[in-house]
Amino acid sequence: MDHAAGHVEIPYTVSPRPDTGLYNGKLGIWLFLASEVMLFGALFSSLILIRTGSPSWPHGWEELHVVPATINTFVLIMSSVTVVLAWANLRLGNFKLGRIFIGVTLLCGLVFMGIKAYEYSLSFAHGHYPSTSDFFAIYFTMTGLHGLHVLGGMIVFAYFLGPGSKMWHTDRARFTNRIEIVGLYWHFVDLVWIFLFPTLYLL
Amino acid sequence: MAQKRQIRIGDQYLYARDAEKALREALRVAEAEEREHAAHQEPWIRRYVFSTDHKWIGIQYGVTALSFLLFGFCLMILMRLQLGWPGQAFSVMKVLGENRAPGGVLLPEAYNQLGAMHGTIMVFLAIVPLAVGAFGNYLVPLQIGAPDMAFPKLNMASYWCYLPGGLIMLSSFALKDGTAASGWTSYPPLSDIATRGQTFWLVGMIFLITSSLLGSVNFIVTIVQLRAKGMNFMRLPFFVWAQFVTSFLLLLAFPPLEAAAVLQLMDRVAHTSFFLPSGLVVSGTPLTVAGGGNPLLWQHLFWFLAHPEVYVLILPAMGIVAEVIANNTRKPLWGYRSMVSATIFLGFMSFVVWAHHMFLTGMGTIISSFFQTTTMIISIPSVIILSALFLSLWGGSIRFTTPMMFALAFLPMFGIGGLTGLPLGLAATDIHLHDTYYVIGHFHYVVAPGTIFAMFAGIYYWFPKITGRKLNDFWGRVHFWGSFVCINGIFFPMFIQGLAGISRRLYDGGMQYAHAREVASQTNPFMSMSAIGLLIFQIPFIVNFFWNAFQAMRGKVTVGSNPWEATTLDWAATSSPPLRHGNFEVMPIVRRGPYEYNSPEATNADYLPQNAVVEQPAPVLAPPTAPVVA
Amino acid sequence: MKEFLAQYMPPDYSAHGPQLDSLNAYVHWLMLILFVFWGAYFLFVLWRFNANRNPKANYHGMRSHWSTYSEAGVAIVEAVLLIGFSIPAWYRWTNRPGPETNPLELRIVAEQFAWNAHYPGADGIFGRRDVKLVSSTNPLGLDMTDPHAKDDVVALNQLHLEVNRPAIIHITSKDVIHSFFLPVMRVKQDAIPGMDVAIHFTPVKATGPDDHWEIACAQLCGLGHYRMRGQLTVDTKSGFQAWMKSQVAQNSPAPDTNPVQAATTSSPTTPHV
Ligand code: HEA
Ligand code: HEA
Ligand code: CUA
Ligand SMILES: [Cu+2]
Repeated sequence: MDHAAGHVEIPYTVSPRPDTGLYNGKLGIWLFLASEVMLFGALFSSLILIRTGSPSWPHGWEELHVVPATINTFVLIMSSVTVVLAWANLRLGNFKLGRIFIGVTLLCGLVFMGIKAYEYSLSFAHGHYPSTSDFFAIYFTMTGLHGLHVLGGMIVFAYFLGPGSKMWHTDRARFTNRIEIVGLYWHFVDLVWIFLFPTLYLL
Repeated sequence: MAQKRQIRIGDQYLYARDAEKALREALRVAEAEEREHAAHQEPWIRRYVFSTDHKWIGIQYGVTALSFLLFGFCLMILMRLQLGWPGQAFSVMKVLGENRAPGGVLLPEAYNQLGAMHGTIMVFLAIVPLAVGAFGNYLVPLQIGAPDMAFPKLNMASYWCYLPGGLIMLSSFALKDGTAASGWTSYPPLSDIATRGQTFWLVGMIFLITSSLLGSVNFIVTIVQLRAKGMNFMRLPFFVWAQFVTSFLLLLAFPPLEAAAVLQLMDRVAHTSFFLPSGLVVSGTPLTVAGGGNPLLWQHLFWFLAHPEVYVLILPAMGIVAEVIANNTRKPLWGYRSMVSATIFLGFMSFVVWAHHMFLTGMGTIISSFFQTTTMIISIPSVIILSALFLSLWGGSIRFTTPMMFALAFLPMFGIGGLTGLPLGLAATDIHLHDTYYVIGHFHYVVAPGTIFAMFAGIYYWFPKITGRKLNDFWGRVHFWGSFVCINGIFFPMFIQGLAGISRRLYDGGMQYAHAREVASQTNPFMSMSAIGLLIFQIPFIVNFFWNAFQAMRGKVTVGSNPWEATTLDWAATSSPPLRHGNFEVMPIVRRGPYEYNSPEATNADYLPQNAVVEQPAPVLAPPTAPVVA
Repeated sequence: MKEFLAQYMPPDYSAHGPQLDSLNAYVHWLMLILFVFWGAYFLFVLWRFNANRNPKANYHGMRSHWSTYSEAGVAIVEAVLLIGFSIPAWYRWTNRPGPETNPLELRIVAEQFAWNAHYPGADGIFGRRDVKLVSSTNPLGLDMTDPHAKDDVVALNQLHLEVNRPAIIHITSKDVIHSFFLPVMRVKQDAIPGMDVAIHFTPVKATGPDDHWEIACAQLCGLGHYRMRGQLTVDTKSGFQAWMKSQVAQNSPAPDTNPVQAATTSSPTTPHV
């Protein structure tokens, strides 16, 4: 956080506090992810409840488009790798390569969203809307919410690629930490998809 | 032993050496400050609107939440007028407009709007932001000796999600078909097919939930990471513990409601049917939706939040009461450790009792036994905390200051509320009492003379810290006694109404029903008059509050930094601490527990601040003669 | 205590009611004892330890740990109330009487803002229902082509039961959630659309000429919630049969006319925005 107004720095923004072994941002993101687990956990529970209470449930692979979704899964997994590479390179002090990997991650996100949009348009073309059935209601709600999370991550990456990257020159360690944090978030978003994909498309 | 002189700095006695160090440090900080101050003066908007300073954000939260509290209170006064005298016209009712109160007589649908908005505003826009947003923000960093919250910008974002969320919700009053009207619980299908106001409610809720999530991450990180040197967990003031557990509840319980709100929003705007089963016929025409949904899904998600939420309402209140009681009995809290353990246990348990709000949705014996049992179990930590507070009074030297009056009244009032939770928690007795005024009485005793009184205690107690002035004591007492009498006059008869089987959310208070008519007509006018009395007795408080705040703004400061002679670190900062990160002139080092009043260690005062250094008497050497016998 | 609470509660005319009321009395005893005990302690402490009387506080305060025992005591009493009374009572509440008790089985279908009672008639089988057939004269959408529907009786806001005969009532709703509440029977059950929850109880007193027993609605269901009520009548065996006959004769399913509660007045609901 910036301290234009501050006279005293907030401690442990960069280096970990000795007795807890954590820096603030890392603890913060873990807590935030815990709440995200509750959010998606609630949605998955709702899915289970509605599905078990429903007399019939379509097979995901018959209603949805498995091929683009499979590609998307790989794209997202790849982006999880590239974000780790970005962080690793920054830790090694290699700003250039780090930036490239941030860019690749962002690109992956973009591809994912593109494919997702294509999938949605296919569904709409078939006359499948959220109001069509509970299956589509859940499909659109959950993938939509997941898509918003991807979008959020992309905005953050774009920021660190652009104006946010200035911090590298003033506070290297902190910038690297920030990439680590957004990386953790990104892994989570990836993980959610890895649960969503089989539950919606394959079961 | 070397001769050591004690020197007084501010309100603290220090060793000469420490004192010198402290002075030097203070000078250094002051100089650095001077320099920086000259370097840049922040623009007004950064200082007062988009401030990142926890104290100012706390004040923003406080003023906003109190305004919402007053607003929710006014809605309730209108409801109570109609409940007390059904069918009668009131000229004040005309403020609601012709479409809600033609000729000053409230319409039933408008009553439902007021009820839903009263509940929502009180819980989500008034009490939680006041207890957590305002008191938590202002005090937690001070009490743990931190320069600010861990994420100051996030803190600002949290406030700026809260205010728009509240305004969105309130703006639905301007809609022609009005606000949400399905109760604060918003049970579908009623809420799914309700008018536009419900959509505003949902969008507002999503903002509020986001605000709470940002806030709770911030609180937890702050408490874990930014504790001052020596401030280990068992030295945290109980208030901080209460906020800590509360934050976990908010963090983990709110997301399911967020999910539920998203689903309901989908039902309303994208015409899905998450909560709409097949085959609904509304006003004689079949509803054209896909169907297949489940209305109980909402209830599970809602109560999974809303039960922890009720502990969010009470824990900070207990924290405030504990601080005020320790200070005004001039002795340590009794059973601090067991209070902390009970609070943590309460936090865990609050996630597994939610379905006690749903006993009558068709629950089998096994599930109902589970939730009855957890409900009985969760009552035990509350009993422990309350007993500890009661026992803390024993042996004290009780000063009946205004904050103490409110804190003391909290105990039996919360007691009544908590005790009446027991017959509701047993499924068998809940059959008759569910959704009657007994429930309304139960929870108002915990939230109104319970939490609100604790909030008043907190306001009277910390007002001098925030502004440098004490609130007027005489008018404080008038406020206390008036509120105490009136509030019991409103809520106690509710138990009688509930036993008589009067359902809640009845526009005419039960006059339609044969079994309710007599009791309702005997009690409702009295209760409503008490409510008007309650309103009147808030006037001294509001005047007292604004007059003193205004005087303080004019620089008329009358008290020092520690007027109550308290021990926790918040009192080690100057009064009305300057609005910037950094809080303390000298970063405090914590040397002892939070409530060392009348400690045998202290020599020259009846209290020992957490950061004060005391002179140790020279150790008495054991007489060399007596041989040690094993 | 039971008598004390009974002063405020509606009379109780069901077989299971006394069990619930006793439990209620026991819980209130526990509450009263705790309240009086702590209240007395509280007042004493405020008097004994106020700053004038006790200028210097005692650092250690209360030394004894009796409160731990009292907390354990509360826990034990709660456990007894729970295991000894509440769970058995709930078991009884949820376990249906067998056919040997010759229960009267019927259905309650709630709607904004009325109660429809649906009796299966002489054949004991409910007729088929279809939402498409719902109309103002056929509020339940009974399919009259179904032979089982022919003898069914549908009454609006009128619930007739037989004294001392167990009643099994299937509760559901057509639109939003309501809650079926019979104060004099200690019966309450949410009426949830899409769900059919069966409750049962046995009325032990027939309605007298001066009795006004009502079905109340306990769950917020819209603008007419406050006036959603029906009439409960407990007949003798012969009285019940006479009433059934009169209903069949009315060629049901024509709704019972009850001028006070018209079924659906000006609906508050504008579907979807
Ligand atoms: C701050 C809020 C708060 C708190 C702390 C509680 C505490 C408790 N609540 Fe309450 N409750 C609500 C707020 C709260 N509740 C709300 C808002 C609702 C209604 C929501 C709605 O439907 O709209 C509700 C509804 C509610 C229900 C559902 C009722 C129904 O709809 O049918 C139940 C049922 O189990 C219940 C139980 C309990 C229990 C067992 C406790 C226990 O934790 C209480 C434990 C405390 C004690 C046992 C007190 C101990 C006291 C002493 C030892 C000493 C006493 C001494 C003196 C008085 C001098 N509550
Ligand atoms: C925290 C929660 C909270 C609080 C504090 C209150 C406070 C009060 N409530 Fe409320 N109430 C609810 C939560 C709350 N309520 C909920 C959830 C419902 C259920 C809604 C539903 O059915 O869905 C409900 C329903 C409800 C009903 C039942 C309606 C019905 O079922 O038909 C009634 C009836 O009397 C009522 C009355 C009151 C009264 C008299 C107060 C009083 O205690 C109010 C006291 C308030 C003050 C004393 C305010 C003082 C504040 C100031 C003076 C501001 C000062 C400002 C500045 C200095 C800037 N409430
Ligand atoms: Cu039906 Cu309330
Ligand atoms: Cu609860």
